[in-house]
Amino acid sequence: MSLPTTLALVGVLTAWLDIDLLVLGHLFEFVIPNAVLNTLGLVVCVAIVTSLIAVISAWLTTVCDFPGRAFFSWALILPMAIPGYVMAFALVGALEYTGSFQTYLRESISSSLILPDIYSFGGVVLALSLTLYPYTYLLVRNAFQTQGKQSLEVGQSLGLSVRQSFWRVSLPQARPWIVGGSLLVMMETLADFGTVAVFNYDTLTTTIYKSWFGLFSFQSALQIASLLLLFVIVVSLLEAQSRHKQRFTNARNTVQARSRILLPSKQAYLACAFCGVIFFIGFMLPIGQLLLWAIPHLSLGLTDQFWRYMLGSFSLSLLAMTIITVFALLLAFAARTQNSYLANWSVKISTLGYALPGTVLAVGLLAPIAAIDHYLARFGFAAPILQGSIVVMLLAYSVRFMAVAFSPIENNLLRVTPSIDAASRSLSVSGLSMLWRVHFPMIRVGVLTAMVLVFVDVMKELPITLMTRPFGFNTLAVRIYELSSEGLWQRAALPALAIVLVGLIPVVILILRADKVQQ
Amino acid sequence: MRTNQLKASLRYLLATIVAGLLAACTADQDVEEATQAANTDHLSEPIVVYSSRKQHLIEPVFEQFTQQTGITVEYTTDKAGVLIERIKIEGQNTPADLLITVDAGNLGYAAAEGIFQAINSAVINETVAPHLRDEQDLWTGLSLRARTIVYSTERVKPDDLSTYQGLGESQWQGRLCLRTSKKVYNQSLVAMLIAEQGEVKAEQTVAAWIANLAISPTSNDTKVMQAIAAGQCDVGIVNTYYFGRLEAKNPDLPLALFWPNQSEAENSGVHVNVSGAGILKYSNNPDQARRLLEWLATEQAQALFAGLNKEYPVISHGAIDPQVSAWGAFKQSPLALSKAFQLQPAAVKLMDRVSYK
Amino acid sequence: MSTEIKHYLSLNEVVIGYDSEPVLSGISFSLQRGEIGCLLGPSGCGKTSLLRAIGGFEHLSGGRITLNNEIISQRQYTLAPEQRQIGMVFQDYALFPHLSVIENVKFGLHGLSQSESDTRSLYLLEQIGLMDKKAVMPHELSGGEQQRVALARALAPQPKLLLLDEPFSNLDVELRESLGEQVRALLKQTQTTAIMVTHDQHEAFAMADSIGVLNDGALLQWDSAYAIYHQPINAFVADFVGQGVMLNGEMVSTTEVQTTLGCFERKSIAATIDNIQPGDPVKVLIRPDDIIHQDSSELTAKVVARHFRGAEFLYHLELDNHELVLALVPSHHDHAINEKIGIRLEIDHVVVFK
Repeated sequence: MSLPTTLALVGVLTAWLDIDLLVLGHLFEFVIPNAVLNTLGLVVCVAIVTSLIAVISAWLTTVCDFPGRAFFSWALILPMAIPGYVMAFALVGALEYTGSFQTYLRESISSSLILPDIYSFGGVVLALSLTLYPYTYLLVRNAFQTQGKQSLEVGQSLGLSVRQSFWRVSLPQARPWIVGGSLLVMMETLADFGTVAVFNYDTLTTTIYKSWFGLFSFQSALQIASLLLLFVIVVSLLEAQSRHKQRFTNARNTVQARSRILLPSKQAYLACAFCGVIFFIGFMLPIGQLLLWAIPHLSLGLTDQFWRYMLGSFSLSLLAMTIITVFALLLAFAARTQNSYLANWSVKISTLGYALPGTVLAVGLLAPIAAIDHYLARFGFAAPILQGSIVVMLLAYSVRFMAVAFSPIENNLLRVTPSIDAASRSLSVSGLSMLWRVHFPMIRVGVLTAMVLVFVDVMKELPITLMTRPFGFNTLAVRIYELSSEGLWQRAALPALAIVLVGLIPVVILILRADKVQQ
Repeated sequence: MRTNQLKASLRYLLATIVAGLLAACTADQDVEEATQAANTDHLSEPIVVYSSRKQHLIEPVFEQFTQQTGITVEYTTDKAGVLIERIKIEGQNTPADLLITVDAGNLGYAAAEGIFQAINSAVINETVAPHLRDEQDLWTGLSLRARTIVYSTERVKPDDLSTYQGLGESQWQGRLCLRTSKKVYNQSLVAMLIAEQGEVKAEQTVAAWIANLAISPTSNDTKVMQAIAAGQCDVGIVNTYYFGRLEAKNPDLPLALFWPNQSEAENSGVHVNVSGAGILKYSNNPDQARRLLEWLATEQAQALFAGLNKEYPVISHGAIDPQVSAWGAFKQSPLALSKAFQLQPAAVKLMDRVSYK
Repeated sequence: MSTEIKHYLSLNEVVIGYDSEPVLSGISFSLQRGEIGCLLGPSGCGKTSLLRAIGGFEHLSGGRITLNNEIISQRQYTLAPEQRQIGMVFQDYALFPHLSVIENVKFGLHGLSQSESDTRSLYLLEQIGLMDKKAVMPHELSGGEQQRVALARALAPQPKLLLLDEPFSNLDVELRESLGEQVRALLKQTQTTAIMVTHDQHEAFAMADSIGVLNDGALLQWDSAYAIYHQPINAFVADFVGQGVMLNGEMVSTTEVQTTLGCFERKSIAATIDNIQPGDPVKVLIRPDDIIHQDSSELTAKVVARHFRGAEFLYHLELDNHELVLALVPSHHDHAINEKIGIRLEIDHVVVFK
């Protein structure tokens, strides 16, 4: 299963066989040092900001009670449905000097009211964090739901105050989930191109594009991509290190409504304000900006073609979601039952694809596939067979999003103790039947989470879709790209809204299902 | 019980996917059938186009071509560099016949990578001006745009403006807006500066621009114009069609275009660039591809192709969109566009050296 | 060979782990049909590995396990657990959290009609007294209830053999005893052959017909509960099973031993040491129940510590030569610390170690 990813990685690494010193020398002198610093800074800051938002809001909405808690508990997941590049251009559209929100503030409140420049490091961190924190929030929320209150009580029984219990018991217990979420966030940040491009912020990814499209050196682009891989490997190792200490915790007590900590009024207002601000900037503001753009062009935008894009996006995401989740399940089970070096390594490799910029990954995959087609052509098959088929598309998605599906499934699988397996086998239920009757029902929250994450991610995905889609097959993301890259945000707003809407459906289903299962 | 629920929801899921894909496919087929109904020439295979020019700018043109000739056109869009890499990888098996891309730099790169074959068309040679075509006949321009100066009509007197280089003068201190150096249009512009005045002088010019910047480089041309309109800066450099789009939407904006470098000097003029196309070396259908190219060079097609994007036609007597012609005539830089490709890496490095983000 | 076949379950020279570093080696014992065996030993002695090997979850690197005349494990052959028809009750119960109580019990019933499996599982639920909780989810049950469900689940398919891995370790003491009895009764009633693993001798005594004591990867003794207690094969077994102290003694002949408490005759339990000569110093095992409190006795000892156990006191007594012994005394004999009390010995089995 890790074969396609390995192929792509080998493709990237073979670039070192041929070094263009002129290009690479220039990049190392003028571009890469700054890009590396920028990338590091961005990854670290986004990881910190997303963790902060996620932990605080997850804690407030699962363990505490305040007015609006029930609403925020699911509403705070919604920004996940907004693609990073859409978030970026919508936020910029609202918050830049000439943007709608800032203009409104200037005109209606005070002409001297100027928001901090959105085209800044802070702006990039803000945009990325707002789209990415829900990944961590989802996981941490799960952790707190299953052990939050209980861990507090353990702490209190040992003579700690609520605050001390949070810091010394609950937070350390939730750490594997925080780290797991942050890992996804960091990989997304490393691979991101769309968001940083809107802010004209230089990272390793933009350097890849610079050497490819600007300096016409695809080799150097791949060489920088392998530098990016190094980052990823470091991040993965850090995660493995922290995972080492993870223990199975029995999820017996879920937080019941009556046992929540009722916040005193002052703190309740603060909690409400915190969640409200995040929800406003992360969801209301960008959606409002998109609506502002879309409404005047509504009649123009709602063509048959538009509905076809929507259907294409939706069915493609469903299909990819199904296949990738099945792959991830198989991979997780293989890793669990084999527990060999081989299995562990294939897991490691299969999940690396998430951090490669989609374009590099797509090109890396295209080469071996074209080679297969060339080979088949020799036997008289009408070429190309694989290229431009939906198979390649799905394969590329699997490589890219395996980590997204794998992480929640693996986390849930930790709950299935070895004795559960043994119990099932001693009752003469083994193999696939055990998988279906025992494992699958036990990890269905994880599977559900995986499915939703993949669905939303595929729906937002751009570079792979662009390169591998069959002729005439278009998605909303492609449409958004085409329009927004020409600066036509007004027209891009409608498909952007559609992506958010279609992406919301599974997110809402996830929340409802997961909460039901928890109870 | 729960297992049954799961089974049911899985079944439902599968049904939805199949239904969705079927619907998506049949919808596509409807279009195909419709176009095939109009197809008089049953023997012709569809022409396959890879394009970095966006769908909404090429689809109406292809539709008209199909209507007139009965030949269908299939196409996919992506970034130019990606398409070129894809064509290289696909090699002999490529389904594509034609690459349409924007910017002479990209066209030159594609030519240098050996993915084109000679166009060999008397029609093209006759109608399209030579400096908008490849010297080796590997590609031809299809539409023309100028990259020129835009200024605030409220705060700038046109008399203060003269040349691209002039934007580096101290009077523009804190008044200039530029788009990011990552955009190929700026890379081509700087490449042309290098071609005109040599690398040392060009570097001084660009460094002087950077010193004059009012805000950090923007992610696109429209933002440059919005910033000028909002008073963040007073002058900038943009492609004409971006100005055209903004002007069409909002005619009252206090912005105007200025044609720089109009002196009598021989190798000077407004920097122009093209969108263009070349026939792929491994095209299965080069004759049809040539037919499409020649059709695109007809007056009627040019009016549509250039007009859709508020660009200039590449043929000498082509009709210019009224909004575009209202900006006035200008002297183009006579430098061959193929220079843009040769000097683009030098331009990128130059901009890196002066910290043009 | 032929003797092996008579037994329902036999383990013959079983080795588990790598040849160079076996976890367990040379394990041989057997059980008759319907018997309850118990593997007793400190944690880390390998008893759970042995149980898992019988269940088919560990491979043998030597020896053989046969069940009902069929070889189920030997070197390079392990019949898959799911094909053994061996039921198992786990230390953490391993109930399926997504299935209700009755669904858990029904889980292993294959090839039965709906009504047959209903009948079977309802019968077992009735036996364990959880009829009213059949639709409840496992996390809503108490520990003891979960344990009983796990037992019912394992018994439902009428396994050839039932394995219980520390089944009572997560329960409190009272529940442990009452459940132990219930479980034994249920096993006997269903004529189930069973092996239980525990580190608690009381559980072992309460449940088992035969007990095996394991330590450091070896089976030290396989015997009836009575024999294990009164005729331990070595000092470890003696010490691990039940309380007691070792008194110093000296052989006065090959059959008699002299201690502070008097002279005893070794009877039929010579197996503990061979080759013993008069004059050899030895240790003599004295159980608390070997010492009877008798006010009239000439032999006295000083109370140095006492533990009240309800029905009885456990006294720590110091003999005149400062050796310590333990005595179980009915609790109406309330003696203060430092008081001297009279004692009498009543030893049926003199156990002597070198």
